[in-house]
Amino acid sequence: MAERNDRRAVLLIRRGTAAEAARYERFEVPYEDGMSVLDALRWIRIHRDGTLAVRYSCINANACKTCMALVNGEVEYTCTAKLTPGPITVEPLPKRPWIRDLVADTVPDDEKLDEEEEPRKRNGAR
Amino acid sequence: MPHLESDVLVVGAGGAGMYAAIAAARAGASVVLLDKSLVGRGGATVMAQMTVAAALGHQEPDDWTLHLADTLKAGRGLCNEELAELLCRGGPERILEMDAWGTRWAREGGHIKQETAPGHSRKRCCYVDFLATGPAVAGTLRRKVGETSGIRRISNVAVVQIAVKGGRALGAVGLSVRDGRLATFHAGAVVLAAGGLTRLYARNSASANMGGEACALALEAGAELVDMEFVQFFPIGHLAPRLVGMDPIMWDPFRYKLGGRLLNGRLEEFVDRYGGTDFGRYTATRDLASYAILKEVEAGRGSPHGGAYLDFRHIGEARLREAFGPVIDRLLANGIDLTKTPVEVGPIAHYHMGGIRVDGKMETRIEGLYAAGEAVGGANGANRLSGNAITEALVFGERAGRSAAARARSGAPPWEASLAEPSIERLDALKKGKGSPGAAWPAMVQSELQRLMWENAGPFRTGGKLAAALERIREMRDELPDLRVGAAGAYNLDIQDWFELRAMLLSAECVVQSALARRESRGAHQREDFAETRPELERNQVLELRDGRLCSRWITPMGRVEADRG
Repeated sequence: MAERNDRRAVLLIRRGTAAEAARYERFEVPYEDGMSVLDALRWIRIHRDGTLAVRYSCINANACKTCMALVNGEVEYTCTAKLTPGPITVEPLPKRPWIRDLVADTVPDDEKLDEEEEPRKRNGAR
Repeated sequence: MPHLESDVLVVGAGGAGMYAAIAAARAGASVVLLDKSLVGRGGATVMAQMTVAAALGHQEPDDWTLHLADTLKAGRGLCNEELAELLCRGGPERILEMDAWGTRWAREGGHIKQETAPGHSRKRCCYVDFLATGPAVAGTLRRKVGETSGIRRISNVAVVQIAVKGGRALGAVGLSVRDGRLATFHAGAVVLAAGGLTRLYARNSASANMGGEACALALEAGAELVDMEFVQFFPIGHLAPRLVGMDPIMWDPFRYKLGGRLLNGRLEEFVDRYGGTDFGRYTATRDLASYAILKEVEAGRGSPHGGAYLDFRHIGEARLREAFGPVIDRLLANGIDLTKTPVEVGPIAHYHMGGIRVDGKMETRIEGLYAAGEAVGGANGANRLSGNAITEALVFGERAGRSAAARARSGAPPWEASLAEPSIERLDALKKGKGSPGAAWPAMVQSELQRLMWENAGPFRTGGKLAAALERIREMRDELPDLRVGAAGAYNLDIQDWFELRAMLLSAECVVQSALARRESRGAHQREDFAETRPELERNQVLELRDGRLCSRWITPMGRVEADRG
């Protein structure tokens, strides 16, 4: 898609983990009409900082419903939240345990790999 | 290191993986079901727009043999007929089982409603709702998985290695993304249902899961791959204006219901110039439509973003609203008014016909290693019919799960800690951070690979471009140890990206090498330097790793994989 390099959007992104002091990092992203916040986050991961932790799966279809975050203080799917020239603040979901950057713990408890999961037979016959 | 045991390990929790888990569990096996994303939310199934093809005969008389004939015709002589038969014969049972599990297939006059779709000779495609069939199918399976005892679901684990001992698969090693640690999984049988490879391309309709990991894992485990050169490009993926929160392949149902005119940059109809019939009736097969659009672009008659116009202005607002009311509003929110302006569409990577080579039980040549869904190669030959992908996920998933449970009953060789060593060494080397501060990082290189594949191994191919791609891919593989990754333990996507990239490069090499060797044009594989279809190449290419080298051979398309062995 044609990129318009003269226009920029500014994002302020909450970084780090719960164990660290509050830190916001500022990113400038090439902006074109119709872009989503997730488009900008993915651009940052490719062009600026691959360590930015973000959760998404279906990328653009709003089908997987896993990309929620706080966008300017509101809970939104980042794939449908419109990017504006900003600055836009993006933070992890507030009511879930914070893992890192924009990733909060949204995995259902019974789908977690238990850190201390010991070698054991499951309920099979073997 | 966490270590889990089960009878059956299923890698990938989209439609095929979830069905495999259910089928294995109801055959009495204990199951561990893993997904890199969240169980039931990643993969391709959840993104399916509308059609699921099955010869139910509810809308009009139909039979699986007719579905098979259509599938084989679309496959241009390359279908594995045994797999294609399984798909077509098994579809109706799976659709009806899903119906009993609560999938609300659209109905009409007391029966499941079936629509026509390109390449199908009957009204055969059932759906839940346009744009919502995938989420509904995934939702049913997610619920059913939750209700089935014996299935342990685990999200956010990316499998990075299949464990094989003496030609027998007995588990896997996974990266737990949540804490950046490895975990091991011991099982009597493994089902690889981790999807296709369309994320290798810059223009795609893929989810984050589909980077070709399933093919790479199988290949490294010693299994064979087949038909890797055949990537289906969906002809009318959305290009412009930017549309968010909707799948780029959303225009298909619009065309099923309303037609919609495909026009070049000069606003002329053009599909008929390439041997198709279109005229708003949408009957051209996908490969032909892709070809026609890109040829117009090449001739300087494309739309501004390198595609074609899709025009609904003649339909009228009343009919648009009647057919797609809520979607019309979502489009307006994106600044798109179909009554006033056409949208731009063009080919995007959508599905991979090739994949892991399996027999009729979905087993690879590695005992205990099975594959299901899009990861399987062969059923659709050189081109897939609309509606066959979800059917394939359901049918092959059920079959793989059932077969794996039977295999697991005979027990598995014991686990040995040394099996995980290759992955442990790779992770340790990464964490030592050999990458210099100025080095590229995995997400950046993934993006470069996607552009390379789009430009050099996309819908139109030449020997020169493919050879250049192969050279660059091999360089990128050599550069893997030098990439820079972050140090964080928790949710370190850099490390996940690195393992993904490693798999992507291997799968990309398979696609490019196979495309280079197929010196003809057939179905989704179009060579500009070899435009003709050559009857003597009505054969499949099979790839394997021998001492780390990719080796290929040609086989006759077959109904029975066994006949080719020895």
